[in-house]
Amino acid sequence: MIGQDGLWTQTFRYLTCLVLVIWLVLPLIPLAIWSFARGWFFPDILPRVWTLDAWDYAMSDTSGVLDSLWLTIGISLAATALSILIGVPAGRALGMYKFRGKEVVEMMILAPMIVPGIAVALGIHSVFIWLGLTNTVQGVILVHLIPTLPYMTLVMAGIFSNYDPAFEAQARSLGASPLKTFWYVTLPAILPGIIVGGLFAFLVSWSQYILTLLIGGGRVVTLPLLLFNFATSGRNDITGAIGMIYILPGIFILLLTAKQLSGRSAAVGGFGRL
Amino acid sequence: MSDRLKIFLLLLPALLVIVGLFFGGLLIGLMRSFNYMPVIGLTEPNLQAYAAIFTEEEFYYSFLLSVHISFTSTVISCILAVGAALLLRRAFIGRDIINFLFQLNLTVPHLVGAIGILYLFSQSGSFARLAAEFGMIARPADFPALVFDPYAIGIILQYVWKEVPFIGVIVLANMQAMGEDYESVARSLGASKWQSFRYVLLPLIFPGLMSASVIVFAFTFGAYEIPALLGANYPAALPVLAYRKYTDVDLAARPEAMALAILIAVMSAVMIYIYIRYARRRLRG
Repeated sequence: MIGQDGLWTQTFRYLTCLVLVIWLVLPLIPLAIWSFARGWFFPDILPRVWTLDAWDYAMSDTSGVLDSLWLTIGISLAATALSILIGVPAGRALGMYKFRGKEVVEMMILAPMIVPGIAVALGIHSVFIWLGLTNTVQGVILVHLIPTLPYMTLVMAGIFSNYDPAFEAQARSLGASPLKTFWYVTLPAILPGIIVGGLFAFLVSWSQYILTLLIGGGRVVTLPLLLFNFATSGRNDITGAIGMIYILPGIFILLLTAKQLSGRSAAVGGFGRL
Repeated sequence: MSDRLKIFLLLLPALLVIVGLFFGGLLIGLMRSFNYMPVIGLTEPNLQAYAAIFTEEEFYYSFLLSVHISFTSTVISCILAVGAALLLRRAFIGRDIINFLFQLNLTVPHLVGAIGILYLFSQSGSFARLAAEFGMIARPADFPALVFDPYAIGIILQYVWKEVPFIGVIVLANMQAMGEDYESVARSLGASKWQSFRYVLLPLIFPGLMSASVIVFAFTFGAYEIPALLGANYPAALPVLAYRKYTDVDLAARPEAMALAILIAVMSAVMIYIYIRYARRRLRG
């Protein structure tokens, strides 16, 4: 601690904090209110009639919100699983070995994190048309790998750079098979990284809009597409309800990872690692 | 198995995906932006699409708009994020709440934030209603246009809302990793609070701040859904313009869409170059 804080500094600090807290939650409030409102017209500060209609509609079979929810969960889970399968070995190579051309490989893996989706998605769309992958769930899952895989690989490279392969050698010399060595020695050591990287990958896939819109051709209707459609068609109450459903996984994941995300975690530090 | 073979096999699946999808997509986009498509008999590359774009007035407005959106939201987010990080590195009551909200905000998809901004700042939104309550305006039209506006105020507000926590978390991690020793030394040698921030702390966090802002700049420059939802119709941000051209009924507009996509990619490549420079310098320092 540097110096003694005066009363003025203290007051200033609490005021800024208050402003910051309000600003951080503010945009979510009208969204939440709208989901319980009926005909909330200008200039009413709060709705005159509160109702569960929007939620009833969102949960009904006819709205397609629930179908969309399951579809979005499925796509994000599949993209996450593939990212783990592909990203863990790549992270091991980058974290544990020095080799010629490593910088080039690092840059290639970093590039999709920075180059916006639309820049590559138009070209991919042309190819996917030939491959018959447009307008399909498989095509959407595949294209989601572009933003999710770099996160996974980055987090795993961070984990593997602090990993000692001597334990594996020891297990092997004691007669364990490669599979057993992986299961009992490697996996427990890298599991925290897989969980954090996987949750990141899930959220990144969960938030995709333009990649899904282009490759899914409007046929693969994930939650963000549905949300966008309702928002632009002026159905504010249903938009509010879908918006609330759409942020749930993030809150859930946050409750699971609150510790890993704070401070000096591999995941956050990973952004500056490459 | 030799190490080289092992490394190759470990990297192979990831490289297949990234080279195949990402660089493949980029390459096909590049070819099509040159009107080069052997499959349908177009074998003579040309620059027509680029010529068409560069003679269009809307392109220049769109480009300027996108640069304005990215630059303004990155600069504002950086300043606020450093301020927030300075605030949050001290222990005080209520710090946990902000920390939690920062992280909550990181998980909220951009689209949800954008709709929230729409409901807050539109001419019939919450702030307009508050203004009416206090008798400052009579009709929604009296409220200044903060969304769908030519200055992209709504878009910038949304990005600032979303990116302050992103940059803030990274800067805070930097500050905590560094500790307060350097500043204590500076202060004990007679530096003022401002001097120890400006000449000691800021240079130390600068590389981290820089790499975070590069990610934010490139993202905001190429993101589609936020300007599509909160932006004015004309001029549209570059990604919106590219999508419109790509989905135009006139198929001749497709190469132009590809050319716009390539220009967005080139802009990001410049950003990556800056990022690598600063990231490397930080590793060395």
